[in-house]
Amino acid sequence: MTSQQEPSERARPETIQAVPVRRPGRWVLAAVLLVLASQFVHMLVTNPKFQWSYIVDNAFRPPVIEGVRTSLLLTVLAMVIGVVMGIVIAIMRLSDNPILRGVAWLYTWFFRAVPRLVLAILFGNMGILYAEYSFGLPFTEQFADLLGVDVNGTLFSVDATTLLTGFMAGLLALALSEAAYMAEIVRAGLLSVDPGQTEAAAALGMSKFQITRRIVLPQAMRVILPPTGNETIAMLKDTSLVAYVPVTNELFFQLQAIGNREFQTFPMLVAACLWYLALTSVLLVGQYFLERRFARGTGTSGQAKLRLRIMKGDH
Amino acid sequence: MTEPVGKDAPEVPAEFMVRAENVHKSFGRVEVLKGIDLQVRPGEVMCIVGPSGSGKSTFLRCINHLEKINGGRLWVNGKLIGYREKNGKLYELKDREVAEQRREIGMVFQRFNLFPHMTALENVMEAPLRVKRRSRSEARARAEELLDQVGLGGKTGNYPSQLSGGQQQRVAIARALAMDPALMLFDEPTSALDPELVGEVLTVMQQLAADGMTMVVVTHEMGFAREVGDSLVFMDGGVVVEEGTPSEVLANPSHPRTREFFSKVL
Repeated sequence: MTSQQEPSERARPETIQAVPVRRPGRWVLAAVLLVLASQFVHMLVTNPKFQWSYIVDNAFRPPVIEGVRTSLLLTVLAMVIGVVMGIVIAIMRLSDNPILRGVAWLYTWFFRAVPRLVLAILFGNMGILYAEYSFGLPFTEQFADLLGVDVNGTLFSVDATTLLTGFMAGLLALALSEAAYMAEIVRAGLLSVDPGQTEAAAALGMSKFQITRRIVLPQAMRVILPPTGNETIAMLKDTSLVAYVPVTNELFFQLQAIGNREFQTFPMLVAACLWYLALTSVLLVGQYFLERRFARGTGTSGQAKLRLRIMKGDH
Repeated sequence: MTEPVGKDAPEVPAEFMVRAENVHKSFGRVEVLKGIDLQVRPGEVMCIVGPSGSGKSTFLRCINHLEKINGGRLWVNGKLIGYREKNGKLYELKDREVAEQRREIGMVFQRFNLFPHMTALENVMEAPLRVKRRSRSEARARAEELLDQVGLGGKTGNYPSQLSGGQQQRVAIARALAMDPALMLFDEPTSALDPELVGEVLTVMQQLAADGMTMVVVTHEMGFAREVGDSLVFMDGGVVVEEGTPSEVLANPSHPRTREFFSKVL
């Protein structure tokens, strides 16, 4: 064995102050991008076709604001329904019950296969199938005819136009298709959780529902959330599809309508870009906070965890 | 002898906490357990040793029905595990009934399996709160007491990722004890630990044994088996090769396979 020197006997060396490696490439790249960016800004400012004053005057007109409201409402509702249904379908898909598994597979297969635009138009035209939608015991009319008796199995019925208003049709198209995508995202999340977690919870005597709800799903959220943020942003943009249902009070349709009416198509397209940019940025902030919430107990940065624990009011 | 616990008339008197009769288990075509007969008396600490792949962990997991046995019978505290026998026919138990049986069997895993999104305290409180429907204050008081007992009274607010392996395993023991089990199963509880952390976990287990807990411990810690164990079982190739008091088995193993194994690990 070599003899070890006492640390105190040796002088502590100077902290190294080396010259960092030069990275000229970064400067060149920055300069090139700066030139390109200024060219772009120059164009935005000098090209009269942008009509900035027209955009400012018209991008906040009442119908447009109404459109923003409708689009946001559609986004939120479609995502809430989509996420809840997606969780249920994902759990069905992973269950021991072959019938539930089959139904879940069939659902995802159908709603992922049909484009949202087609779905939106399809749901908008559901009134063609039946003028009235009734809910009650199945096939009562057919059986009553067969037996020659008069039985009314209908519990309640609604007019197609009341049930499937444009908004409802658009919402259903978006939400049902979203559920299929969310189901796959949630399934990936559930599968990412260590099976040892389920075993440990089962060994404690927890029921399957409790294990999913309390142990697996909260851990899966970390994997589920980032793509769900993606889906929400995509959903905000896809609300423009409901114009084909038709739902005319959504954002893009309103902006385009103004542009078309006043022969200012391009400025209103720019206004649409700016609106979607702004709304998406707001969603990103929400995503950041959600992700932080579900990162509890992970990672190595003690700071963040301490902050979270203080927020939770624990020790 | 203690009176059998439970509302159903038990198949056998609970003279044994665990009674295995010709237990068989296969994964596909591979037969992992080829007829295990073992009895654990209340208060007994049984250590199971053997080379990897000998089926010792699988047998342990059969005791709380994490693995379904393919043949034989297994009773815990007088209750047949996983099945109901009626008129000479076996009926599988419902998930809910299996969960009920597991409540009185605590289990500690090699990889701890603490819930990472909960603090140490929340980990211990979870099952009493959700399964036993205890009040929050009651569950909390009991969890604090148990964490204190395993020497972690000051770490109740820590998440598992902020604890060392030894500390995590001690939380896992407290979590299992929170259900007031009649039997504790340990599946290589120190195998994933750094050598200097093994002692703290074994100390907690030793204390538990001294308090009279019935324990079945799959382990490679021969020292623990000798000091704490009441009985030692050597398994190899899916069968019990040798069984006896630790001093007997360790001092004069009668079977050549046992001798060969001990010559490698001792």
